[in-house]
Amino acid sequence: MSHLLSPVFAAGFFESEPVRIAAAIGTLVAVVTALVGVFTVMRGQSFAGEAFGDLGTTGGSGALLVGVGPLGGFVAGNVIAAAAMEAVGIQRSRGRDLATGIVLGAGLGLAALFLYLYGSEHSTTGTTVSILFGSIFAVASSTIGPVIGLSAAVVLITVALYRPLLLSSINSEMAAARGIPVRLVGALYLLALALAAALAALTIGTILSTALLVGPAASALRLTRRPLTAVLTAGAIGIGAMWLGILLAYDSYSWPPAKQGWPVSFFVVTIVFLVYLLAGLPEARARRRGARPAPAGERSAPGLEG
Amino acid sequence: MSLDGSGAAASILEVSDLDVQLGGRRILDGVSFRIAPGEFTGLIGSNGAGKTTLFRVILGLQPASAGRVAIEGAAGGRSRRALGYVPQKFLIDPDVPLRARDLVGLGIDAQRLGVPLPSRTRRERVEQMLEAVDAVEFADTRVGRLSGGEQQRILIAHALISEPRLLLLDEPLANLDLRSAAEVVRLLARIAREQRIAVLISAHEINPLLPVMDRVVYLASGRAANGTTAEIIRAEVLSKLYGHHVDVLNVHGRVLIVAGAGEDTDLAGHEGMFPGAGIPS
Repeated sequence: MSHLLSPVFAAGFFESEPVRIAAAIGTLVAVVTALVGVFTVMRGQSFAGEAFGDLGTTGGSGALLVGVGPLGGFVAGNVIAAAAMEAVGIQRSRGRDLATGIVLGAGLGLAALFLYLYGSEHSTTGTTVSILFGSIFAVASSTIGPVIGLSAAVVLITVALYRPLLLSSINSEMAAARGIPVRLVGALYLLALALAAALAALTIGTILSTALLVGPAASALRLTRRPLTAVLTAGAIGIGAMWLGILLAYDSYSWPPAKQGWPVSFFVVTIVFLVYLLAGLPEARARRRGARPAPAGERSAPGLEG
Repeated sequence: MSLDGSGAAASILEVSDLDVQLGGRRILDGVSFRIAPGEFTGLIGSNGAGKTTLFRVILGLQPASAGRVAIEGAAGGRSRRALGYVPQKFLIDPDVPLRARDLVGLGIDAQRLGVPLPSRTRRERVEQMLEAVDAVEFADTRVGRLSGGEQQRILIAHALISEPRLLLLDEPLANLDLRSAAEVVRLLARIAREQRIAVLISAHEINPLLPVMDRVVYLASGRAANGTTAEIIRAEVLSKLYGHHVDVLNVHGRVLIVAGAGEDTDLAGHEGMFPGAGIPS
């Protein structure tokens, strides 16, 4: 049996310590990003998710300078960025993208400085690449503890806020009228998003983290009609992409050109993207068959609103 | 103006001498009215007359500069639990994974922490509410894919399921075709009558509400006139409210409120019909 599967599971796959750590961390992160990501897509805050991903670069490069692990840098950088976005006014729907963009720009400027300072003493190419594109096989086993702790915190925040967050994501006026503190709920959610993006950055890199945050959730939204099912579906897609990505990356150590393993993040992101495309098929087919489209007729009834 | 004791206890909502200023502009100016339990009240006024602001003050989302809002005789706070609210301009993306029945269910306990646990009582309560607003057939469709009239029925169910004593609806008929608007009005009137829930519904067009309104609160230039339709929808009353002459015409049981061709030359050439169409507010 084992030799039958050997083209798929290359020798040593199940015994490898880095693979085990990667699978454990990848699974946790896939669950966390699915839970947060569904709300990110529903709230239309994908750009903030992207910004937290990118800003992880600032935190990660800052961590290099100080000499601590990347996760600490991602978390610190993103939490500061979340506070800055909140202060600049991310919760006003009109100026939201502007607030995000301004903080993003300022943060990436810092990243440039940190990498320059670090690079004047070390060779930076390898570390920069691993911050930007992830290095899940290089995660120290001592990082597992903090990853579990952070994942638990994000899950706790999001599950606790589930109902108030859902209603304020749908309509903030309706939520406020029920006495839900919409502003506080939004700020706590932003914190959860910042932490989830930091975790995603650890696995597939700062630049690609948004793919894990938004991709499985966006696919799940195409496939399901219920919020909880969407979270579960997104989690399954995320875990699947992560495991398959780790497996393919491990196999790719024997692949050309360099025989040194393709990046896990490449595989994960590509799988997520393919799943998103596939998730659009049922609807596209339904549309071709002429099933019920989104109704526009009744809303655009002319004449009544003067 | 404030009525205490037995008078206040009899009304579900009492608004007294309400002033609201926003950014130096006076939006509401000495607005007073009362709503009794089970009463169907239309809040009529053009766009910008202050209808949404009035709702926001009643809901406690907007502070008043002066005056008082009493719900079931008490000012603000926990008494707001007696209110159900359907907001203006409900826009939801068709891709949001939320069935109509999920939104109705959120009406029970959206303010609570945690994930709602499935239970038979919860399911049955939602089902009953869906039946009450004739929404069973599209209960499993995503809210964002419903037509405007269907969405309004779901929003009404969402507001009603927490058993309020006063339902506030901000322009629920805007953007509905005439038939859907009539259906929503008929539904609201039935609910008000059967469950003795007071309804305050805002609209810029009075006619769809004429058959069912017990009272009207007419807003113009931040000021309000209130009474029965027969008392308020008259040329003298509305002219005084607008501060210039308007005519009220009856056409086959419907009313047209038309800016009069009086001394006010600003209005010349406007074919004003209904509040706001030709009348600056």
